[in-house]
Amino acid sequence: MVKQRSRTSIAAWIALLPMILTVVFAYIGTMLFTARVSLSSSRIFPTSDFVGLGQYARLFRNERWLLSLENLAIYGVLFVLACLVIGFLLAVFIDQKVSGEGVLRTVFLYPYAMSFVATGLVWQWILNPSLGIQQVLRHMGFEDAQFDWIVDQDKALYTIVIATVWQASGLVMALLLSGLRGIDEEMWKAARIDGIPRWRVYISIVLPMLWPSLSTAFVLLFAMVIKLFDPVVAMTQGGPGTASEVPAKFIMDYLFGRANIGLASAASIVLLTTVMAIVAPLYFARSKVVQKRSKA
Amino acid sequence: MKTRITPGRIGLYVFLFTAALFFLVPLYVMLVTSVKPMSEIRLGNIFALPLAPTVEPWRLAWQAACTGLECEGIRGGFWNSVKITVPSTVFSIVVGAVNGYALSFWRPRGAGVMFSVLMMGAFIPGQVVLYPLVRALAAVDLYSSIPGIVLVHVIFGMPMMTLLFRNYYASLPDELFKAARIDGGGFWRIFFELMLPMSTPVIVVAMIMQVTNIWNDFLLGLVFAGSDNLPMTVQLNNIINTTTGERLYNVNMAATILTSLVPLALYFISGRWFVRGIASGAVKG
Repeated sequence: MVKQRSRTSIAAWIALLPMILTVVFAYIGTMLFTARVSLSSSRIFPTSDFVGLGQYARLFRNERWLLSLENLAIYGVLFVLACLVIGFLLAVFIDQKVSGEGVLRTVFLYPYAMSFVATGLVWQWILNPSLGIQQVLRHMGFEDAQFDWIVDQDKALYTIVIATVWQASGLVMALLLSGLRGIDEEMWKAARIDGIPRWRVYISIVLPMLWPSLSTAFVLLFAMVIKLFDPVVAMTQGGPGTASEVPAKFIMDYLFGRANIGLASAASIVLLTTVMAIVAPLYFARSKVVQKRSKA
Repeated sequence: MKTRITPGRIGLYVFLFTAALFFLVPLYVMLVTSVKPMSEIRLGNIFALPLAPTVEPWRLAWQAACTGLECEGIRGGFWNSVKITVPSTVFSIVVGAVNGYALSFWRPRGAGVMFSVLMMGAFIPGQVVLYPLVRALAAVDLYSSIPGIVLVHVIFGMPMMTLLFRNYYASLPDELFKAARIDGGGFWRIFFELMLPMSTPVIVVAMIMQVTNIWNDFLLGLVFAGSDNLPMTVQLNNIINTTTGERLYNVNMAATILTSLVPLALYFISGRWFVRGIASGAVKG
């Protein structure tokens, strides 16, 4: 029996070999490599000298990097909030036993099946000031209608918010709707007997009950924020000027365009640290909740 | 819950109808623009129906639009995407299923820690591992090749696929596995003869997720596929953002629709499964 057990255990380890190799080399190894390069003066090729935190110091004196961090923060807050609010409203309204529910669900979620590049290109077209919405409004008689955000330094970032919210809010709707369907009918009866208005019930009782779905949605949206790259490339290419620059694009430019991998690696590590600082506590809190539930 | 017509009800439908309009407008604009001749587009009403519809832009987008120097349309990108997506989907599902099975039933010591690290990997921004991965693949001669990009997709898809299968197998009764063990089944035999045949639902969900993700990928294709194997999304972006001379908006929109066709078709056909995939794709702890 003992012999049997050790042999089968070996089979399991062999089966897990691809995963172990991925974790060790593709995740941990690459991160260590990037961390090491970020401490060197590497330009086109990695060098083995050691310049301490010099790259980080240069990074935080780089206007473009600071701007891209600021942009990502603004974008992230707006995008996540808008998706959650719109997704929640759509889910609640669909949940009122409306006719055509299936059609509406399909309509709200289809953008999520498209690639961010395709989404970006469609919205670039719609927001194009000389041929898009602005022009249509002018044709309709609003001679001074202005909607040229996509070429406006101060507003280009918001157009990316609009396009990506259009793509992703259906996802929140789908997640919350399945959460809403899991709520007991009895709760509604009890609330009605107590004479609590429906909107109050949604805010004070249903919303907290949706916590698991909400946190799932938040995690998915957050991952999208950090990876924000494709829509920017497709819509504004970081412009006008550097107005809609984001960290992921900054890193790509310095890695492949400007051949400064030392600086790009330092930027990657900063991004990684930020992500982990936000994800790790969340991850920890959730596994705590799961543990508590499985004990109860 | 009666459904009488009240002002509230009307407001409800107005809201939903407006929202539906907001979600449908881009699709509508794409479609009508893609069948308009350029002369109509220059009139500047993107919402107008085409006066003289033409399929010429679609033909151009498929076989004659310029991506950089070459003008062979987006069809090359389509076939590249197929060549990348099919093996990447198959391999990532196989790896995910084996991982999930080993983690749920065999639980070798220390594997739990590996799994946790893998899950953190789901949050690593691609850019952090991009450069070292390029170097590693170049060292083994896989950079800029189909096998290289497939390997990268398998690596990046592994956290989600493993989680998906692990959760599914964890929901199966443990007695089933114990009975198979008592009957003398080994690691692979139990996997192939018992677990895999029971995995159809989760395999369907995994397939939808991976096909959609990999087809829609832009960053990895851009970096790892190499100029001969650029996927459709990258070629689409090249068509639209590097044209010299007049911008052919109708061709651009036709190319955009063509690129979105595969995941959209998958979505419209699979519907409920698609949603299930999203819900189970999130980290459940």
